[in-house]
Amino acid sequence: MTPTEEPIISVKGLTKSYGALEVLKGIDLDLPAGEVLAIIGPSGSGKSTLIRCLNMMEVLTSGDFAFHGRKVTTGFKDKGDMLGAGTLRRKVGMCFQHFNLFPHLTVLKNVTKGPLVVLKEGPDKTEAFARELLGKVGLADKCDVYPSQLSGGQKQRVAIARSLAMRPDVMLFDEITSALDPELVGEVLQVVRELADGGMTMVLVTHEMAFAAEVADRVVFIDGGKIAEEGPPRDVMMNPQSQRLQQFLSRFHA
Amino acid sequence: MAGRFLLKTGQTEMYHWDFYTVAQSFDLFLIGLRTTALYTIGSIMIGVVVGLLTAFARLSPWIVLRVLARTYQEVFRCTPLLVQIMWAYYALPLLIGVTIPNYIAGLIMLSLYVGSFYAEIFRGGINAIDKGQTEAGLAVGMSNAQAMRHIIMPQAIKKMLPAFINQSVIQVKNTSLLYAISIAELTYMTYVVNGETYRPMEAYTLTAILYFSMLFPLTQFADYFERRMRRSD
Repeated sequence: MTPTEEPIISVKGLTKSYGALEVLKGIDLDLPAGEVLAIIGPSGSGKSTLIRCLNMMEVLTSGDFAFHGRKVTTGFKDKGDMLGAGTLRRKVGMCFQHFNLFPHLTVLKNVTKGPLVVLKEGPDKTEAFARELLGKVGLADKCDVYPSQLSGGQKQRVAIARSLAMRPDVMLFDEITSALDPELVGEVLQVVRELADGGMTMVLVTHEMAFAAEVADRVVFIDGGKIAEEGPPRDVMMNPQSQRLQQFLSRFHA
Repeated sequence: MAGRFLLKTGQTEMYHWDFYTVAQSFDLFLIGLRTTALYTIGSIMIGVVVGLLTAFARLSPWIVLRVLARTYQEVFRCTPLLVQIMWAYYALPLLIGVTIPNYIAGLIMLSLYVGSFYAEIFRGGINAIDKGQTEAGLAVGMSNAQAMRHIIMPQAIKKMLPAFINQSVIQVKNTSLLYAISIAELTYMTYVVNGETYRPMEAYTLTAILYFSMLFPLTQFADYFERRMRRSD
């Protein structure tokens, strides 16, 4: 990264506590445009909390958070120069482990609801874009179906289309294949791979080590609420320095 | 003693039904029905607003609101409606030195009473929706209010409806307690008809039939709706 290129997301000294329990203990992280960042680490290491801080789903306990160089405030609305959480989330999409599709809406309306309520761009334009996105994730024929009639893999692809409908600058994927049957993981990863190839900036928390190694530009290993190791996947995953990471990875190689 | 009792029962077995006399006062029943309907609809409408505000207050992050809402709910849920109505009509005016007309005391107390129960139904319905739904709404940039309106409420209303109808059925019957402060609803008018005709058997039987024919379709609808909802889940 050259000094003139400002990272899309920049966090410094991020901490997050729930009462007396300190989950994140000072994270520094820059996310340049176009980068695919994979966060790996054992359960309870704080990786999910970290990614949820990146769209203010969790409020930081302390630390600095800037988006395109603008500081982010905890309130929903912008405050002076500071960016509100609402504005931030329009530009930072998020997909969840359990999809969280809206069960009372059809697939198409799941995708158009956000843009219609938040962006107010007009129904025709919004719907056309939603159909285009559903086509890209291979679900053009499922527009009028309700989520309960879809498989897990299809649900997650709808959820990805729903996030993309907001035209985000960054996508956050929080263990999006962890709740899927093994044979359905591939179709979701394929969509993520295509997004990465298209140049989308993204952060993924994942247990799919092979996929992380393949698609990520950089891997961050979180342990005990801190970044324990980071670097290109080749270095981090093939040549782990710390004993903790070696132990962690050995469980996947087996 | 036993003999007299038997004699009496024997007499009742021969009771001669005479709905004609009572039917001649049917206009009085109609007045009663109309009043009952008005108090039911009015108190349900006010009760829904009160219940929603109370439910949101109970879900709010501000403890003062939560405590106030909870206190109101418990006071109205844990005292009998009849006592509340009497209190508002007879006791409250002494306390504040202003006479309260019976129709106002009646309507307000009915509304506050049903509102306290509605609040619990609304709160339960909202809480029953997975937290991930709100998060998914927020994640596309909705505010809490937008997520509540577009994502949570449409789902919660479906869950609330059977309990809501049930409580509303009870509410129709609760308007009968207004007879105690001389409001001319159905039960009070039955009392009037009985006074004029001396036919309590027919008068109260007819009233029971009138209540039943209003409410039976409602409970059937609630059952039907609940079955349909279970199928669509």
